[in-house]
Amino acid sequence: MKFRDNLKMSYSGLTTHMSRSVLTILGIVIGITAIIIVMSLGQSAQNLIVGEIQSMGPETIVVLPGKQPKGLSDVGGSIFGDSLKERDFKDLSKKENVPDAVNVGPVVFSQINSSYGSETYDTMILGVSPSMFKTFGLEVNPPGTLFGSNDVNEKSSVVILGNKAQTELFGNSDSIGEKIKIKGKNFKVIGVLIKKGQSSFVNFDDHIIAPYTTVQDLSGLKYFNRIAVTAKSVEAIPSVIKDIELVLRTNHKIDDPKNDDFYIQTQEDLVKSISSITDILTIFLGSVAAISLVVGGIGIMNIMFVSVTERTREIGLRKALGATNKNILVQFLTEAVILTVTGGVIGIIFGTGLTALTVVVLNKFAGINFSFSFPIDGALLGLFVSSAVGFIFGIFPARKASLKSPIEALRYE
Amino acid sequence: MLIETKGLKKIYSIDGSETPAVNGINLEIKEGEFVAIIGPSGSGKSTLLQILGCLDRPTGGEYFFDGKEIEKYSDDELAHLRNKKFGFVFQSFNLLGRLSVLENVELPLIYAGIPELKRREMAVKVIGSVGLSDRVDFETMRLSGGQKQRVAIARALVNEPRIIFADEPTGNLDSKSGEIILEFFEKLHEDGHTIVLVTHETYLAESAERIIYLKDGLIEREEIVNHKSFRENKFSK
Ligand SMILES: Nc1ncnc2c1ncn2[C@@H]1O[C@H](COP(=O)(O)OP(=O)(O)OP(=O)(O)O)[C@@H](O)[C@H]1O
Ligand SMILES: [Mg+2]
Repeated sequence: MKFRDNLKMSYSGLTTHMSRSVLTILGIVIGITAIIIVMSLGQSAQNLIVGEIQSMGPETIVVLPGKQPKGLSDVGGSIFGDSLKERDFKDLSKKENVPDAVNVGPVVFSQINSSYGSETYDTMILGVSPSMFKTFGLEVNPPGTLFGSNDVNEKSSVVILGNKAQTELFGNSDSIGEKIKIKGKNFKVIGVLIKKGQSSFVNFDDHIIAPYTTVQDLSGLKYFNRIAVTAKSVEAIPSVIKDIELVLRTNHKIDDPKNDDFYIQTQEDLVKSISSITDILTIFLGSVAAISLVVGGIGIMNIMFVSVTERTREIGLRKALGATNKNILVQFLTEAVILTVTGGVIGIIFGTGLTALTVVVLNKFAGINFSFSFPIDGALLGLFVSSAVGFIFGIFPARKASLKSPIEALRYE
Repeated sequence: MLIETKGLKKIYSIDGSETPAVNGINLEIKEGEFVAIIGPSGSGKSTLLQILGCLDRPTGGEYFFDGKEIEKYSDDELAHLRNKKFGFVFQSFNLLGRLSVLENVELPLIYAGIPELKRREMAVKVIGSVGLSDRVDFETMRLSGGQKQRVAIARALVNEPRIIFADEPTGNLDSKSGEIILEFFEKLHEDGHTIVLVTHETYLAESAERIIYLKDGLIEREEIVNHKSFRENKFSK
């Protein structure tokens, strides 16, 4: 007997009890959804960490406003804090205050809408100082140029476009020297970034970059969202942190470190905090997955037992017509596996959708640049797990069906 | 000899009480023969037919099909035998109601591993021979009883079996539909098929060549039917 015939047979067996079949796979759907979210968020977090470290190098540490977040829900505090002022930046930049720092650069960002002619693009405008280009490894294609300290001092209306911003606004046309509009003001495009292609905490490809003073002016900000400090070596980081803390606590008149209105993040911290969040998420969703798969599997087993009993006469008839025990076994096992794999596929779609949604939300509202890609590993795992569940929980009912004696089955009423 | 049994027994034991439904039957059926088995209710007709059709195993005695003892056959070999050599027609039709006429008739061919196109061709042909060409894609649950039994006959024939076992095939039909079914069996016999027909109605049994009378799980007597007198008899009715 051919496998295709078997598939057809099992399929028509299932469609007879459509609504029952749909309800049965709910547990599998939830389980596989959880697996996909774990796998793809884990992957995105991994990308984020890798991107971050590659984009800044391990010597760079970041000073953030607000209190150190203790969990996901605290993220807001670090974004809306306004404790890092111009004076802090000036003081940190002084060689005598932080002797081991080789570079100090402020970062401000703001959500904006940019336009060129009829083209518009919603994005973030990032304000940085010229010293940051090196820190972040940013370069432009000639004949474009980066901006200099003059532009910072004069709050020049110049911008550098990230690769994506360029495409969204100009397509393939040349943008250098053109004027784009942001919040009703004109900005001259002086360069286009060489595509970095690497996602990171800040994905420069997507954004527009301008002198930080210009961005502060534009959005009315009197503070910085970040101050990036590059130590002369990884070994020097602890002393740099001490110095920064001293300067900022003095400036902010803080005696007790508990009252700090800023916190310092090293690359190592970032990796730790992200992995601790993803670990918790993984454990939580992993248990959700395991529980719902087992419960779902038992549901499948139950419904298959019911189905085997209901269809006793059918089994007897098939045997009378020449079906072997194996034919019957395979038929019912295939039904169970079709059920669970269908659940698996729906779970993969749900999981992917939910992950994509999460990523969009994180990008838009938390400014965290999570990259999203279809989780192929997760999808394969989901397919494998769902068919395994069908197999494991389907085998007992299928065996029961296959061992029925033809005449006992035919006589069943 | 196509079928030969020696002291064939089937004793049902449920909760210690034993029912000898078939109690030592010696029987021979030749290729091409049309045999009717008749007897009162509970005499073991169905039980005997099920054992002959390898749907059940005897509890004693020997059963030779085509010269081979089937006692030692595995479940799979029996399935193969039922698939290739036997055709069954049951009183209660036993069709899969949600499947079409074609799909029902194709079932034995699927288990025989015959490819789809060939299968369809073979099935359509037998469906035609039972006069249901216009119902090929009908769900069988929408058919009349007589039509259902014709589908069952088509299904029994589609694998070109060596022998057809029928257990009261007209039992659920009115006399007109029963007549049509009976005519099919007569025609099949004329075409050279071997048929074993269980019934408890004498007039049905009389279309066979030989009638075996069962009583209490034993053969009471056998009788060769004189077809001439039978036809006159039927005519005068
Ligand atoms: N599965 C079974 N378990 C126990 N006893 C059974 C079983 N099947 C049949 N019997 C008994 O075996 C005897 C013969 O039954 P069988 O069905 O062969 O009779 P039959 O001649 O076909 O009767 P009918 O004309 O009513 O169909 C009966 O006494 C019946 O009760
Ligand atoms: Mg009977």
